[in-house]
Amino acid sequence: MLKAVILIGGPQKGTRFRPLSLQVPKPLFPVAGRPVIQHHIEACAAVAGLREVLILGAYPAQELQQFAAEMAARYGVAVRYLQEYAALGTAGGLYQFRDQIRAGGPDAFFVLNGDVCGDFRLDRLLAFHRERPADALLTVMATEATRQQSVNFGCIAEDRATHAVLHYAEKPETFVSTLINTGIYICSSDIFQQIGTVFKRKQEEIYSADFEEGPPSETISLEVDILAPLAGSGRVFVYQTSRWWSQIKTASAALYSNRHYLKLYRENGAPLAEDGKPCTIIGDVWIHPTATIHPTAVLGPNVSVGRNAEVGEGVRVRESIVLGGARIREHSLVLHSILGWDSVVGAWSRIEGTPCDPDPNKPFAKMDNVPLFNGDGKLNPSITILGCNVNVASEKIVLNCIILPHKDLVRSYKNEILL
Amino acid sequence: MNMKALILVGGFGTRLRPLTLSRPKPLVEFANKPLVLHMIEALVDAGVSHVVLAVSYRAEQMEQELRQEAEKLGVQITFSLETEPLGTAGPLALARDILASNDEPFFVLNSDIICNFPFRDMVSFHRNHGKEGTIVVTKVEEPSKYGVVCYDERGRIERFVEKPQEFVSNKINAGLYIFNTSILDRIQLRPTSIEKEIFPVMAEDGNLFSFELQGFWMDVGQPKDFLTGMCMYLTSLKTKDPSLLYKGDGVASGVMVDPTARIGKNCKIGPNVTIGPDVIIEDGVRIKRATVMRGAHIKSHSWIENSIVGWRCVVGRWVRMENVTVLGEDVIVQDEIYVNGGIVLPHKSIAASVSEPRIIM
Repeated sequence: MLKAVILIGGPQKGTRFRPLSLQVPKPLFPVAGRPVIQHHIEACAAVAGLREVLILGAYPAQELQQFAAEMAARYGVAVRYLQEYAALGTAGGLYQFRDQIRAGGPDAFFVLNGDVCGDFRLDRLLAFHRERPADALLTVMATEATRQQSVNFGCIAEDRATHAVLHYAEKPETFVSTLINTGIYICSSDIFQQIGTVFKRKQEEIYSADFEEGPPSETISLEVDILAPLAGSGRVFVYQTSRWWSQIKTASAALYSNRHYLKLYRENGAPLAEDGKPCTIIGDVWIHPTATIHPTAVLGPNVSVGRNAEVGEGVRVRESIVLGGARIREHSLVLHSILGWDSVVGAWSRIEGTPCDPDPNKPFAKMDNVPLFNGDGKLNPSITILGCNVNVASEKIVLNCIILPHKDLVRSYKNEILL
Repeated sequence: MNMKALILVGGFGTRLRPLTLSRPKPLVEFANKPLVLHMIEALVDAGVSHVVLAVSYRAEQMEQELRQEAEKLGVQITFSLETEPLGTAGPLALARDILASNDEPFFVLNSDIICNFPFRDMVSFHRNHGKEGTIVVTKVEEPSKYGVVCYDERGRIERFVEKPQEFVSNKINAGLYIFNTSILDRIQLRPTSIEKEIFPVMAEDGNLFSFELQGFWMDVGQPKDFLTGMCMYLTSLKTKDPSLLYKGDGVASGVMVDPTARIGKNCKIGPNVTIGPDVIIEDGVRIKRATVMRGAHIKSHSWIENSIVGWRCVVGRWVRMENVTVLGEDVIVQDEIYVNGGIVLPHKSIAASVSEPRIIM
């Protein structure tokens, strides 16, 4: 029997996803029509013998519990949300809920980071892990990055023959390896012994520490406190995947992931919009069945349109996410943008952002997490986000802007954040 | 009446580029009619039988086209070509033979001016005061940007003040004059500025009078002012000659549309728009405060404000153009492009958005 644990952090995390994460916890933000972690749950449910998915996070319970119930009904596996009392780190949460994870005696359990996206082949990871020696504690799924970008991730040095992890360094200052941690693992139940040892050590440090300096961190990091020390012990392994993978830390990443998930849908035969129904469709486009689309609109490529959205006459939408209830009035153009829930774009308006996609000419290039402002204090061009309930008057242009919820825009804006 | 007029056309019209890269400035269509024809028609109406165009470069095209117009209007048009720069007064000396061929006073006009030309009233005013010269003046909001004219209750000009620091007058020289032939004795065939060298002397001996222009006035020699002048002109037509303005579905007031142009469904055109001959505007297009020249094609769902679309341009679908964008002749703008203040030279194809004003060669 197998289980899966999805680590989603809390509202303190994911702030780069604002203003979208002001409305909805980042893990529930819809990409290609489905909440980010629904893609994770779907991948888990596809593994034969997987019985339960546990979502660990520090978000208030209500919304996540409701989501968990919906997922359980849809995928036929048990799904539960377990709320951490404080941010405990990627391994701290696992330790706190070790009893729930070990309940039923699973042979192994997956651990998935909530802020990554990809074509997770968990069955292959599982098969690979099963072929390792019996005392294997953990297999981490890794992918290739460019030499320059690798230092922004967890770097893994691999023994080519045995696939054991020889060395692990989290965001090193100097180059270690182009093989990086995807944030997806499979663990044996014995891992809790390791985590327990680290936990006890940290607790001793807390109680013998000098309190005037402030209490030390209670968090236990799976990468730094568990994986890194075990590197070279022969009990930790790495499985390399070449399927698409990306972090989803910023709103730009949401659009990038939207595009890739739509492509995956197409490869897996999931229903995407067909040309002519209900309007001209170019490339991969997903439209919620309750959305109203005028037949003269032109959508795509890489567009998701949410529940009850309205797309008016002669509207053009490309490379964008249109969230539920949004209304785009006639003849407007939406490009590289995310339109928040219930937002309105007036007639003949232009909503445009600048994509920050990885260089398509560089193999293995990953998204750069570009900071909001550049060295001169100017806003770096990025995708345009309209927060929920934002109203854009007709005939205006909104270019490279981030608009917080409930704003009324009566003139054009460029390269601004509107609070 | 046999009067004559000298229109100072000047050189290459560089301030109105890129339009003047394809056509000489006097022939650039303002409200669907070559700019200089607005002036020439009003002159013919006031009794002028001979118009001299003072140019500093030969433009065969201009000569040919104007020859045809001249025949239609029954007026004689000749060209006076200066081979070296003569300033604003020198051209009068160059055209002396024609201007002094009879004793009637003659007009001297700056070719970039658009207004309700008061040529007949100028003649009566001029004959009435009996002195050597009359300058038309017009009221402006910001006189310190220009040189102002100070005159008494009869209109006798006392002095000119360049860019005054304090308020002295809100009237400026409107670039339209009428002179007796005796003025030619003051001007030699060399580079001379009429404003700096001739007028002050004439004002001193009480020989220069000012005629106050009523109504709108604009020097349309650059795109921003060309568009402003177009708005003023179209507004004046609403009272002066509303039959020239278009009435139809999806078109606001103050819009001129050539009969050969075609406008699609669900458009919103105007106010303050001129649409030239053979223009095609597809469905769902919004145009405001703009000039669309002959043969241009605007595709569906586009939005154009405060811009000039040159002859035979093709503007794609879902394009947004604003902020004094000027497309030269035969420019192609691809679908979904944004052009903000772009000055685009002829025959260019725009495939990437221009989000800040610049020149595209």
